[in-house]
Amino acid sequence: MHFRKALITGAVSAMLALPLAAQAETLTIGSGSEPSSVDPHYHNLTPNNSMAAHIFSRLIEQDEKQRLTPGLATEWKAVDDLTWEFKLRKGVKFHDGSDFNADDVMATVKRAPNVPNSPSSFALYLKGKTFTKVDDYTIRITTEKPYPLMPVDVSTIHIISDASVDASTEDFNSGKATAGTGPYKFIEWVPGDRLVLERNEAYYGAKPEWDKVVYKPIKSGPSRVAALLAGDVDFIDNVPTIDISRLEKDPKLSLSQGISNRVIYLHMDQFREDSPDITAKDGSKIKNPLLDPNVRKALSKAISRDLIVERVMEGVAIPAGQLLPEGFFGVSPNLKPEPYDPEGAKKMLADAGYPDGFKMKVHGPNDRYINDAKILEAVAQMFSRIGIETTVETMTKSVFFKRASRGGPNKMPEFSFVLVGWGSGTGEASSPLKSLLATYNKDKGMGSSNRGRHSNPEMDKVLDEALATVDDAKRAALLAKATDIGIGQDQGIIPLHYQVNTWAAKKGLKYNARTDERTYAMGVVSK
Amino acid sequence: MSVFIIRRLIQSVIVVAVMSFIVFVGVNVVGDPVDMLINPEADQAEIARVIRDLGLDRPLHEQYLFFVKNALQGDLGKSFIFGESALKLIVQRIPATFELALTALVMAVFIGVPLGVYAGMRPTAMSSRAIMAGSILGFSLPTFWVGLMMIMVFAVMLGWLPSTGRGDTVMVMGIEVSFLTVDGLRHLFMPALNLALLKISLVIRLARAGTREAMHQDYVKFARAKGLSETRVILVHVLKNIMIPVVTVLGLEFGSLIAFSVVTESVFAWPGMGKLLIDSLHNLDRPIIVAYLMIIVLVFVVINLLVDILYSVLDPRVRIKDAGQ
Repeated sequence: MHFRKALITGAVSAMLALPLAAQAETLTIGSGSEPSSVDPHYHNLTPNNSMAAHIFSRLIEQDEKQRLTPGLATEWKAVDDLTWEFKLRKGVKFHDGSDFNADDVMATVKRAPNVPNSPSSFALYLKGKTFTKVDDYTIRITTEKPYPLMPVDVSTIHIISDASVDASTEDFNSGKATAGTGPYKFIEWVPGDRLVLERNEAYYGAKPEWDKVVYKPIKSGPSRVAALLAGDVDFIDNVPTIDISRLEKDPKLSLSQGISNRVIYLHMDQFREDSPDITAKDGSKIKNPLLDPNVRKALSKAISRDLIVERVMEGVAIPAGQLLPEGFFGVSPNLKPEPYDPEGAKKMLADAGYPDGFKMKVHGPNDRYINDAKILEAVAQMFSRIGIETTVETMTKSVFFKRASRGGPNKMPEFSFVLVGWGSGTGEASSPLKSLLATYNKDKGMGSSNRGRHSNPEMDKVLDEALATVDDAKRAALLAKATDIGIGQDQGIIPLHYQVNTWAAKKGLKYNARTDERTYAMGVVSK
Repeated sequence: MSVFIIRRLIQSVIVVAVMSFIVFVGVNVVGDPVDMLINPEADQAEIARVIRDLGLDRPLHEQYLFFVKNALQGDLGKSFIFGESALKLIVQRIPATFELALTALVMAVFIGVPLGVYAGMRPTAMSSRAIMAGSILGFSLPTFWVGLMMIMVFAVMLGWLPSTGRGDTVMVMGIEVSFLTVDGLRHLFMPALNLALLKISLVIRLARAGTREAMHQDYVKFARAKGLSETRVILVHVLKNIMIPVVTVLGLEFGSLIAFSVVTESVFAWPGMGKLLIDSLHNLDRPIIVAYLMIIVLVFVVINLLVDILYSVLDPRVRIKDAGQ
C-alpha cells in the first residue's frame, strides 16, 4: 500500500516538476566518488553516507564542523549513566506522505544492522544498545555499560519509514523504497552516470537553495576540472592540489577550502624485535630501533612539516601535532606540531645508541590520500639527512592496506614503517585514540587499525575511563590526557599534517566546507 | 559449417575456463577489497564478519570450486561492492560501451578508408603525405592525453561540445541509446573519435597499402581498358578487394575497442563497462573482474566467428570447410 502510494505521489510530482524544470534552479555536481548504493544502511562509507544525508534525516545531525545538532530528535539527554532519552520531532512527513514517529525509528534500528551482503555494516553503531518506544514521540536507549558516545552513534543512522523495513537494497536503488525525510527526494540513479534529486518542499529544516540536483561521478581528476571549466558542471569536489593555484586565478571560478578531521601520520613497528624493513647500514640485522621512544621522537624532529605543507601540499594542509586539529572535542592543549630540528634529532639518535643511523624501507599508498607518495618521499629524504638511509616503496591502496594491516606472518602487519591517514568519524578524539593508539585487542574491539601495535597500559586505562565517562568536560580532559601520553610522552605515532580539502564552483557559488570531507548539495550556496 | 562452429565454441569454452582460473588466482594474489570497503572505524569483529561474508576466509581452491559450481548455473557471483549480480551490473552497462565502440568503428571505416584510398592513389602528393603523417600521430599519441586535449580545446576553450558524460537517452527495443538524440550525439562525438583515432590510422595504412597494390593488378587495368569510369573502378573493383584485410583487422579490433575502451571511458566519464572494470580493478571487486573478462573472451570468440563467415561472403574463393572433408 505504501509502495503504491509512493509510486503515485512520485509519478504525480514528477509530472508536475517537468514543465517547471526549465526555469528551475539546477545544481550539477561533478564528484570524485560514487556511492555503491542508495540504500542508507547497505554500506557504511563516506560516499554512501553523504548521499544518504540528502535523502534521509537522522535523529541527530552533524553540522559542517561535525557538531551535533537536532535532527528528527529535538532534544536528547542521559537520564542516568545507562539510559538515554530522545524526544522526536512532531509533524514530519516522509517523501511518500506518511508521518514520522517512533515506529520508524524502531523499524530503522531493526533493519540497519542486518542488511544482507553489506560490505561495511551499521551494526558497528547499534550493537549493545536496546531501543524502546516509550510513546509515539519518545525513544529510550539503554546500554549495559555507561556509553558517552551515544549521541554520536545515533547521528550516523539514517531513519527510514517503517513501510520499508523489509525492503531490499535493490528496492532502494530503484527508488521503490527510497522515501526519507531529508531535504531532497530521490528521483533516479543510473550507476556510473548520474543521480538525480529534487527538493523536498515539506522538509522540516532550512530549505536548500536548489530545486534539482544532479550528481555526476567523474573520477578522473583532470576530467573533473575540465568539466567545471567547460561549464558542464557547476561544482566539483576533490580538486587536485596541482590545479589549485591555477583555478584560484580563474575569474570565472571560486574555490572553497576547509580543514578536515583527517590527520596524515606515520605508524612505526613497536611489536617486533626483529623488524623486517630495518637493518644496520651494512645490511646486518639489528634490534628494532623503533621500540625506543627516543628514536621515534628523533624521527619526528627530523621532519620539517612546514616544508611538506609548503612544497608537497602546495600550502594546502596544516602541520599537525596530534590526532585532530584545534577546536575538536578532546584535543590536548599541550601538543603543538614538533619543530624541525635535525641537529637535535641527530643527537637524540646518538644518545639512543645509533650515532651512525640505520637503514630503513618505508611504505605507503600512492592513490589514497592527497599527494601520499610525494609526502613519503619527502619524509624519506629528511630521514636520510639525519643519517637514516631510507628507501621508499609505494603501492596502490588495494594492495597496500591489506599488507599493512595483516600481510605478515600470523596476520600481523607486514611493514616496519608506514604512512597512513585517519579521519575521525565521530568528530572527536576517542576515535583515533581507540583505533590507532590503544593496545590491539580483538575481544574489546580496540586498536583495530593499530598497524604499529603501539601499546601503553597507562594510556589504555585513561582511554577506558574516558569512554565510560558521560560528563562531557571530564571526558574531554581524559581524552586530552590520553593524547598527551600516546603522542607527547610515547610518540606512538608521528602526526604530519591535517588535510585541507578543496571544492571549486563557478563564480557566485560557495561551499560551506565540511570537516568530514563530505560533499553536500545543501552546503552549496550563492554568495 | 556447423561442425566448424561447434568446434569453435568448444575451444572457446576451454579458453573461458582457463582464463577464469588465471584471473581468479591473480586477483587473489594481489589482495582483497576488505580494507577498501570497510569503514575505518570498524572493529576487528566487523572486519572478520565482512571477510567471512565475502567468503574470503575460505581456502582459495574452495572459493574457486564454489564459483565454478555457481557459474555452471549461470550465476557469476555478486559484486563485493554493489552486492548485486556481477553479470547484471555488466549487462546494464553494455549498451553504453557498444554504442561507443560501434560509433568508433563507423568513424574508422568512413574516415579511414577514403583517406587511405586517396593516399594510395596519389602516393607522392603532398596531401597524401600529410594524411600518412597524421596517421603516425594517431598511432603514437597516448589516448588519455589526446582525450584530455580534446576536452580542453573543444569543451573548455571553444565550448562547442560537452566535456564528459553520456547525453540524453531514448529507449529502443528496451535498450537505452543516446545516438538518436542531439544531446546524445554531442556527448558521443569526442569519446568516439578519441577511441577511433588509433583505428582510423590503422585503416588508413591498410587501405593505402591495399590500394597501391590493387592499382597495378590486371583486373584494374582491364576495367580501365573496358572504359569504366574512374569512380566505378575504385568503388567496385578496388574497394571490394581491399576490404578483406580491413574487415579482418577491424573485426579483431572491434573486440579490443569494447574490451579496452577503459581509458577513453575514464577520461570522458562514460558510464560503460570499461569504467566499471577500472573501478572494480581499483577496488579488487573480483566477481566483476572475472565476469567481465569472461564476457570479453566470449565477445572475441563471436567476433572471430563472424569475421570468418564474412570472409566467405566478401571473397567467393574462401569456403569455410568442416574438418575432415
